[in-house]
Amino acid sequence: MTNSTLKPLTGNIRPDGSVLDLPAYEQAGGYQAIRKVLRGGMTPKTVIAEVKNANLRGRGGAGFSTGMKWSFVPAGKDTPNPTYLVINADEMEPGTFKDRFLLERNPHQLLEGAILAGFAIEADIAYIFLRGEYTLAAERLSRAIAEAYESHYLGKDILGSGYSLELHLHLSAGRYICGDETGLLNALEGKRANPRAKPPFPVVVGLFGKPTVVNNVETISCVPHIINNGAEWFHGLSRTKDGGTKLYGVSGKVKRPGLWELPMGTTAREVLEEHAGGMRDGLKFRGLLPGGSSTPFIVEEHLDTPMDFTEMPKVGSRLGTGTMIVLDDHTCPVGMAWNMTKFFARESCGFCTPCWSGLGWAERILRSMEDGQGKPGDLDKLASQAKMWSPGNTFCALAPGAADPLETAMKYFHPDFERHIAEHRCPWR
Amino acid sequence: MATVYVDNKPYEMNPEENLLHGCLSHGLNLPYFCWHPALGSVGACRQCAVKLFKDEHDSEGKLVMSCMTPAIQGTRISIADAEASVFRAGVIEGLMLNHPHDCPVCDEGGECHLQDMTVMTGHDSRRYEFDKRTFRNQNLGPLVNHEANRCIQCYRCVRYYRDYAGGKDLNAFASRNTVFFGRNEDGVLENEFSGNLVEICPTGVFTDKTLKHHYARKWDLQFAPSVCVHCAMGCNVDAGERYGTLRRIVNRYNHEVNGYFLCDRGRFGYEFVNSERRLQKPLLNGKPLSVAAARDYLEERAAGRRVIGIGSPRASLEANFALRTFVGPDRFYSGMADGQAKLADRMIEILRRGPMRTPTLREIEESDAVFILGEDLTSVAPRMALSLRQSVRQQPMEIARRANVPMWMDHGVRDALQDSKGPLYIATPYATRLDEVATATFRGAPDDLARLGFAVAHALDPQAPSAQDFPLAAEIANALKSAKKPLVISGMSCASEAVMEAAANVAMAARAALSLTAPECNTVGAALIGGSPLTAAFEAVRDGRADTVIILENDLYRRAPAYEVDAFLGAAKHVIALDHLTTPTTEKAELQLPAGTFAESDGTFISSEGRAQRFFQVFAPQQEVLASWRWLKPDHWRNLDDVLASLSRALPELAPASSAAPSAAFRIAGAKIPRSPHRESGRTAALVNITISEPKTPEDPDSALSFSMEGTPDKPPAALIPFFWSPGWNSIQATSTYQKEPGGPLRNGDAGVRMFEPAARNGQSWFSAIPPAFEPREGEWLLLPMYHFHGSEELSQAARGLRELAVKPQVFVNSTDLAEGTEVELRCASGTFRLPVRLRPDLPRGVACLSAGIAPLGGVTMPAWGKIESPK
Repeated sequence: MTNSTLKPLTGNIRPDGSVLDLPAYEQAGGYQAIRKVLRGGMTPKTVIAEVKNANLRGRGGAGFSTGMKWSFVPAGKDTPNPTYLVINADEMEPGTFKDRFLLERNPHQLLEGAILAGFAIEADIAYIFLRGEYTLAAERLSRAIAEAYESHYLGKDILGSGYSLELHLHLSAGRYICGDETGLLNALEGKRANPRAKPPFPVVVGLFGKPTVVNNVETISCVPHIINNGAEWFHGLSRTKDGGTKLYGVSGKVKRPGLWELPMGTTAREVLEEHAGGMRDGLKFRGLLPGGSSTPFIVEEHLDTPMDFTEMPKVGSRLGTGTMIVLDDHTCPVGMAWNMTKFFARESCGFCTPCWSGLGWAERILRSMEDGQGKPGDLDKLASQAKMWSPGNTFCALAPGAADPLETAMKYFHPDFERHIAEHRCPWR
Repeated sequence: MATVYVDNKPYEMNPEENLLHGCLSHGLNLPYFCWHPALGSVGACRQCAVKLFKDEHDSEGKLVMSCMTPAIQGTRISIADAEASVFRAGVIEGLMLNHPHDCPVCDEGGECHLQDMTVMTGHDSRRYEFDKRTFRNQNLGPLVNHEANRCIQCYRCVRYYRDYAGGKDLNAFASRNTVFFGRNEDGVLENEFSGNLVEICPTGVFTDKTLKHHYARKWDLQFAPSVCVHCAMGCNVDAGERYGTLRRIVNRYNHEVNGYFLCDRGRFGYEFVNSERRLQKPLLNGKPLSVAAARDYLEERAAGRRVIGIGSPRASLEANFALRTFVGPDRFYSGMADGQAKLADRMIEILRRGPMRTPTLREIEESDAVFILGEDLTSVAPRMALSLRQSVRQQPMEIARRANVPMWMDHGVRDALQDSKGPLYIATPYATRLDEVATATFRGAPDDLARLGFAVAHALDPQAPSAQDFPLAAEIANALKSAKKPLVISGMSCASEAVMEAAANVAMAARAALSLTAPECNTVGAALIGGSPLTAAFEAVRDGRADTVIILENDLYRRAPAYEVDAFLGAAKHVIALDHLTTPTTEKAELQLPAGTFAESDGTFISSEGRAQRFFQVFAPQQEVLASWRWLKPDHWRNLDDVLASLSRALPELAPASSAAPSAAFRIAGAKIPRSPHRESGRTAALVNITISEPKTPEDPDSALSFSMEGTPDKPPAALIPFFWSPGWNSIQATSTYQKEPGGPLRNGDAGVRMFEPAARNGQSWFSAIPPAFEPREGEWLLLPMYHFHGSEELSQAARGLRELAVKPQVFVNSTDLAEGTEVELRCASGTFRLPVRLRPDLPRGVACLSAGIAPLGGVTMPAWGKIESPK
């Protein structure tokens, strides 16, 4: 591919916001990776090995090794079929808009990745599970899928290779929990989008009970480039052990909110100060959620940490989706915590008690604090609830994701919480 | 077994199970909500958290849900761990945020699993200061009450109703802390097993609406172990009474029979006991008389040699035997119509001869390929239909096993199985409720069903005779042949011996179990006692050999055409009827004797499985109501044991039935078993507004149960469990404390004695009377019974709640000439009837069905030919 050595995912994306259609994508070197695989004699095993070696880690936020996940799909003649590939495009994490960018601007890159991933796991059917509100992405994806079918990149016997893949676009009815890997599978089956217990893992018992791999849009979009340029090259893009580039985003009261493809492991300070231009004039930085609203706050002292899956946990946070939300000194941290908790409480699927019950309670407490009704003891109640939402205590990661920002907000901005109670008002109102 | 360390003590646990199951097996108090022994684990409520340690050096540990963690060898957990305890109390706190705390006015109070678990965790003070979410409750019909605000979102109701019982009209709506469990709109719950919601729900969302009409707390009720009278399955129940009214039925766990679940007819049919149609006192020509005078009159009438007795398939062995003894064996008639008697005899012959085994309901549930020949199970033997809904999962379970999903991991198993179902073939005259889970169905007149059966047997074993091949026969044969636990089900419902014989051939050829259904709670027992059928009794009076008739718990107008019964009762000089309810038959009797129902008497029924089971008096009836055998009391029997001893001498084959339950002399450490739950105070003040002196508790000469809360604190044997209770476990969930392991056999063995255990190697001889193929007739219809879950059974017709749901008498046809809903005239040998017509395209050509057992069709003899015309 041209113009893409340092920014493989976005290098070809047009600045005017228009979509890279099939001719333009092919012009830029698109669909060469599937030719390399399907006509170049690569086997599913070699594709998996390449992706594993590239150390591509899941960009949905969990950071699980993609190649490893693929290798868990049962192979051989006695395995149940069909095998499914599901692309999680249900991007609904507050503050996160990275997949949308790829979906709207370069849908063929995703489709090519899907075909490669499908080939690697020997999938028969692929679904793209798209957030319902992403109407432009839906329009552009539908068109891209039609183009790919017309050019025999999808469907039966792709490029005469004998490999066939049917790909369907499914629009979500719209709940945050549908973005959970297994909640998504239930939603796709037409059931309540409650997450499923693991084990059994989706690679063994997934969509309609069959082996299924669920991958994020950004993850899959990386795959054609790994195939084209190799694992070594992909490693070289990164500043750390986690391979590749990363789409980093910034929202909040900064000078230039936006989205940038940067080497994996770029520090939060670089993203914030160099790319987003720092805080707006007159505002001071107080903290940020590095990867969407379900990641713990980091503050000034952590800004030089490389933002990747390995380093961020060392400062008590997570990379998440890599799209940060910045808190400034003119915004109430309690209000921000309330806003996020309100979101999580609203989006709880209602399955496990600590989540459906506790989130609603915490939201009421935070709301009352914002309304000047906070009482001594409220912080203890919040802390005890957040503890109830620890990983493993709840059924899925939604409530732990709600606990992280709340607990760190209470840790880093404790005096602000205390002031709400002591002054019977929100000092920012 | 695996050794699991709980708080550093070793326990042997089943490694195929989860830790919660293992802990409960050892009587460890670990609270839970969403888990249920019959429903498995889903990990929703998070109540059963324990601390799991890596090894004996790990002091940190992590919280896990015990229901979601396998009990593998060497696992180390702590229940007492401080963090785990705080977490469990925290979960209760969370559940209590929106719970209305209306225990004093809640029907569940005193037997509420939520109360028990709350106490168990020690959570006792409220920190939530905001308003609670509220729901609008729904009217779910006359049986189940809905109070949604009490909901703790454990998902048990929908998992039971939808996943287990196959219901469709109850669901979980919305999300977060506002999940609403109900119907999409008000309306009667459609599933025939909806009543189990009352016990499945851990709190007061779903409660017994029939109980609401005459509410009493569990601790204020007097219970007795009993057996359901509303079909022949022999489901075990506990019946509760207060102040002379029967208040409710709850499930009595029997691992081999009903397990945890009853059908709605069984749970709510009890209200007939309180019916305004009850015979309350002896009546001679409509005028009350004393018990002594009534008995004198009875003796006087019987003294003549010209008396005959007519027994009943819905009366106990003891009652039938008492009448048989009273009038003499040669003047005793079984009370069954000729056709039914013949079928019952044939059924017993088949079961006795074997080599097929008649399976228990648990074994039916475990069957992995099933062929139903001629039975509408959901209407006739409902609990069996519920078992079959589980049996269709047996073969697909292999999918879960291959994916290494533990069997108790309910959602994991269901995710793996999706909609796959094992083989279930249903051949019936009309479409049945179970068809929705069937692999394939076949519709035909009974003769054609029999021919299909013979063809299946032939496909399994070329030696078995057959007259015709059917495309489906080979498929059914293959399914049965390749199954590990094949099962054939047939019975008396389509009134065809050939159908039962064909089923027996299939079972023999497939080496399958054979389950035959019978229509009434003691059909099998009555058939074993014997006696000629009804026509013979009619003849005896017509021929002048008898002039006095004693009719035991039997409405003859449900057995024979009205004109025949009229003639019979008209010709008899003296008619004496013993029954619970006023019926067309008792109304024609000179002497009417009020007979105790199952709730006011003791006795034994033999189920269609061939299981003899005892039911016990729940309460001492009013003076004038006596058990039928007490009215008759030949040989001056003093108590039930005397009756049984006499029965065993007279009919040795029935002797095993005596040991269906311990005798009246049975004691635990010298004490009787209390019928009432223990309570702290107040019971003896219950009647203080009438008299301040403590009333003497009635004696019970017939059983080891006392009419009191006093007696042994120990757990009684299965046949004598009046209610389930353990310290800290006031709800029906206390059942686990009576079992070897949750969902397993009861500790001292399950109740009942099986009467038929044919040797596995009995020589087989094929039935070979294959009927000719059914030929429709021009201008005539073959009339067959259609059974209605609500309406066809006799006693439940008098139950208030169920009466609202009962079907009206109708004729069902597959016709293009008749219009749906119009009134037609039906003429047949049993009479002429005007009925609304219902069009049923599922019916075979030339076949019409009549609502079975519903007046005025109760006594119509079927099969029969009839004409159906629009009235002129």
